[in-house]
Amino acid sequence: MADASIIPAAITGMFDLLSPVAPGWGANLLRGLIRSLQIAFGAFGMGLIIGTFGSYAKLYGGPIARDLAAIYTTLVRAIPELVMIILLYYAGTDLINRILEGMGYQRVDISGLVAGIVVLGFVQGAYATEVLRGAIKAIPQGEIEAARAYGMSPVLMMRRITLPAMLPHALPGLANLWLISTKDTALLAVVGFSELTLETRQAAGTTKAYMTFYLAAGALYLFITLFSSVILEWVEKRARRGMPSVKEAR
Amino acid sequence: MMATEVAAVSTDPLQPATTEQAEAIHVWNLHKRFGALEVLKGVSMTAKDGDVVALIGGSGSGKSTFLRCINFLENPTSGAIRINGEDIKMISDGAGGQIPANRRQIERIRSRLGMVFQNFNLWQHMTLIQNVIEVPVHVLGMKRDEAMTIGEQLLERVGLSAKRDVYPAYLSGGQQQRGAIARALAIQPRVMLFDEPTSALDPELVGEVLKVIADLAKEGRTMLLVTHEMKFAREVASHVMYLHNGIVEEEGSPEELFGSPKSERLKQFIRTVS
Repeated sequence: MADASIIPAAITGMFDLLSPVAPGWGANLLRGLIRSLQIAFGAFGMGLIIGTFGSYAKLYGGPIARDLAAIYTTLVRAIPELVMIILLYYAGTDLINRILEGMGYQRVDISGLVAGIVVLGFVQGAYATEVLRGAIKAIPQGEIEAARAYGMSPVLMMRRITLPAMLPHALPGLANLWLISTKDTALLAVVGFSELTLETRQAAGTTKAYMTFYLAAGALYLFITLFSSVILEWVEKRARRGMPSVKEAR
Repeated sequence: MMATEVAAVSTDPLQPATTEQAEAIHVWNLHKRFGALEVLKGVSMTAKDGDVVALIGGSGSGKSTFLRCINFLENPTSGAIRINGEDIKMISDGAGGQIPANRRQIERIRSRLGMVFQNFNLWQHMTLIQNVIEVPVHVLGMKRDEAMTIGEQLLERVGLSAKRDVYPAYLSGGQQQRGAIARALAIQPRVMLFDEPTSALDPELVGEVLKVIADLAKEGRTMLLVTHEMKFAREVASHVMYLHNGIVEEEGSPEELFGSPKSERLKQFIRTVS
């Protein structure tokens, strides 16, 4: 009889630990989750912007733009992400402050959120450049030529033709990048940014309930992925609206 | 008749047209070189409003390149082009060729030339009606409602009203090409440019596209037509140019060219294609 009561006690204890109110650590975990999502969104968005410019530079740029883009994607994809993050986070903020001091300004305290977004966005941009470059190359070039033949300016052509036409080809790759972005936020734990993984480690270390907290964090990451899949599937369906189903051609 | 006019004009590229019909396109001594290969070796042409000029010739004769130079999808290596009385300003590209001096001038000119391609080139992520109103709304700044009304009328004309909300991938080649003609008409073009419009079509679909083009010719539209359909060229064209190896070997009215060709090459060409 005594044994039977131990398990419910352990489970209730687990829920007490995960409770969002004071003695529980649930609020800390949720705060970490929100910070992780903010970073993932920001980094993915920044990666898309860099990737758009990078892919245009590689495909349509002059010799200098092409070379710069090639150096960027090669370096970023060659160096381990963890090294990049430590390098850019410490060296990058230090460099900015040295420049500011050199120009006679005060040092600034760069927020962890902004630094995290910039660092991960810089890494994402290199991969996004390649994903988008491949997707633009997959557009039937006659469609681009038709846009030119009807007098579209380069910016209008990008907005109305190139980007929507390449989207269905880019989405599987971009979906990968988004999911990687959500999990790469965990790497920011090494520079002391309180995202989900660091919050979890602190909660687990304090209470010694490692299993409970890491399982909870794992469930939260899984939830992000599942929710993302639903959204991404819908976006892809919409982007492919003019294309016959692959199954019909089989 | 046309041939002498072309010869007279070719001495002075900037001399204005003297006849009562307004000049739509004037090309003077056009050269185009791809690396070591000279595709066009000095081609001149004048098209007035209402003219239907057919460009014929074997593959590699330069007829498509000539058409593509007119809206600067290819930059001519040398030569002068005047469209709607406006001279296109060119500058040196630093490598022996020339590029348009002013991108906006080219974009403005292009937005008044309705190009129809061999492979249709409809935008796949837009429905048929969206393809038709795209340029009027986003390039020419027409109101959406107005563009819709015109677009629907044009689809009706080419017999595609029922397909207005269908994506191009779900249309036959003939339907796509008729849609592409509606897209070209929607910009109210000064000149229509047809680049082998029926070459990519199944034989049974060629007729429906040619009928649409013939109707346009009948209503007096100015058109430049690169084609392999000799019978069709003879029926609709007001002037025919036979290109061979980058020069105009022979030109004149369809009756002259097809009825009594002078050059040996043209005689042989007509024998092989008909």
